[in-house]
Amino acid sequence: MKAENTTRIQFDSLSINEAYARGAAAAFLARYDPTVPQLADLKTAVSEAVTNCIVHAYPDRIGPVILTVAVYPGREVHITVADKGIGIPDIPRAMEPLFTTGNPEERSGLGFAVMQSFMDKVKVTSKPGKGTRVLLIKRLTSRQSAT
Amino acid sequence: MATVTLNGAGEVLYAYLAGEIDHDAAQSLRMQLDDALVSRSPGTLVLDFGGVGFMDSSGVGLILGRKRVAATLGTTLQIRHTPPQLLRVLRLAQIPCDEGQKEE
Repeated sequence: MKAENTTRIQFDSLSINEAYARGAAAAFLARYDPTVPQLADLKTAVSEAVTNCIVHAYPDRIGPVILTVAVYPGREVHITVADKGIGIPDIPRAMEPLFTTGNPEERSGLGFAVMQSFMDKVKVTSKPGKGTRVLLIKRLTSRQSAT
Repeated sequence: MATVTLNGAGEVLYAYLAGEIDHDAAQSLRMQLDDALVSRSPGTLVLDFGGVGFMDSSGVGLILGRKRVAATLGTTLQIRHTPPQLLRVLRLAQIPCDEGQKEE
């Protein structure tokens, strides 16, 4: 299936760009008339994925983060957040709630749990030393069918 | 970007949070809240999320971290006025919901 509309941005893995990334995704998707909670879910998931790149993918350097947002027929939103960082050696472990390789005093370890709970589907592919790609999928239900 | 406005009244220190709490904003909030906790060591610290329009799991890390600091100082932490989107993130973190809804 071919996407109806796609946008792609690349930015440096600086924490000041977290707000830019979720804001850009939200602005692109506003055209598709999501509900307020849906938009909040999408922004939160993007924020989590981008934060992972900044904190984990590039622990001691600044690298590129590529955000792609695509809308497929049936108002299915596909968001990918990709980096060229260190990669994840054990994906299932990284996705376990409360597991974090970050500072346990300040990182909750809930990033993937939030993505999974707020999106319909989350797929992670990673190659150690090459980078990680997180695909987030959510179908925007119409306002009529949403209660 | 997020801001915190501190307002002390006797034993209770109120921290009014506003803006968007992400990993970027959490770093500066953490320093400001810890400074206030250590320098004033209040009996109770109230984190008021009434002005927060967005929060991801970095906010959960912020709350849990402050809870830890507060415990070492004998300070009780209260969480107040959490907007619905925040409540969902807090529930996921199993931060008790009665805390999320505590009001006076």
